[in-house]
Amino acid sequence: MTATVHTSAALALGDDALVLSHRLGEWAGLAPVLEEEVALANIALDLLGQARVLLSMVGDEDELAYLREERAFRNLQLVEQPNGDFAHTIARQLYFSTYQRLLYGRLAEGQGEFAGLAAKAVKEVAYHQDHAEQWTLRLGDGTDLSHERMSRACESLWRFTGEMFLPVEGVDVDWAGMKDAWLESVSDVLRRATLEVPQGPQSGAWTAGAGRQGLHTESFGRMLAEMQHLHRSHPGATW
Amino acid sequence: MTNTDWPLWEVFVRSRRGLSHTHAGSLHAPDAELALRNARDLYTRRGEGVSIWVVPSSAITASSPDEKDPFFEPAADKPYRHPTFYDIPEGVKHL
Repeated sequence: MTATVHTSAALALGDDALVLSHRLGEWAGLAPVLEEEVALANIALDLLGQARVLLSMVGDEDELAYLREERAFRNLQLVEQPNGDFAHTIARQLYFSTYQRLLYGRLAEGQGEFAGLAAKAVKEVAYHQDHAEQWTLRLGDGTDLSHERMSRACESLWRFTGEMFLPVEGVDVDWAGMKDAWLESVSDVLRRATLEVPQGPQSGAWTAGAGRQGLHTESFGRMLAEMQHLHRSHPGATW
Repeated sequence: MTNTDWPLWEVFVRSRRGLSHTHAGSLHAPDAELALRNARDLYTRRGEGVSIWVVPSSAITASSPDEKDPFFEPAADKPYRHPTFYDIPEGVKHL
């Protein structure tokens, strides 16, 4: 916490969890079935818990969540992508939870300041990954329509996956090795789901490293406005 | 949010080792694997259980309310049917 590099690492990982938590929370009241709505909300709450721990390492969690401008957020562009249809949400979950499980698994084995959090969170994230995998298999290997939608979702989010493996300052893991493990794991799920592993680049020229540097995609501003407007309208309100 | 396509499942949760699975509720799911996961999300998120069973509701044969009397009202004048003559040793739980 004393060194700035660690603060920036906690911010990056915390923002990933916070932003994805908010996106998943947007499904409340809208999910295809009640059971799935509860499942997505549970995942959102797990992530929110992680975000609170990580952001508290940096400063006041409420100030960080509600009073920062878009450019001050350090989350991956992947997690801010709109929910889209259910297949998009599941593809985003598959890509991110696989990444998070590998990352937290490695952090939990280390001695760093994130080891405690990671050891606890990796169990939660293992369930998130299982949930995404189960749905990817069913949608990919389901009907023609579900296959087509899942395929489109995996394809369209692929260009945001490269950013996950750009080293984060203060997070001491083997990023290249993690990328290989991620690709192997995701490819295995996609193959079993009868889906093609997308062949395109894992980052566009304009996306490289962007989220971690505070550059975000168009929809993120609207998401932040919704997330922050209540707190900004009533500063310091409690109940 | 009606899901007419998805079958109904009954959920049984074992709250601790040594206890039986107890009916917790029901849910909709497309198959057994997802029923198990939905059950985890709906019924065991707060440490309520150590084991879950899911059973298709259609597989359950239930007694009918019409048969209530012959099924459930044994003659009370045959005390030897009721295990009331034993002292339960101290420290025995869940009996």
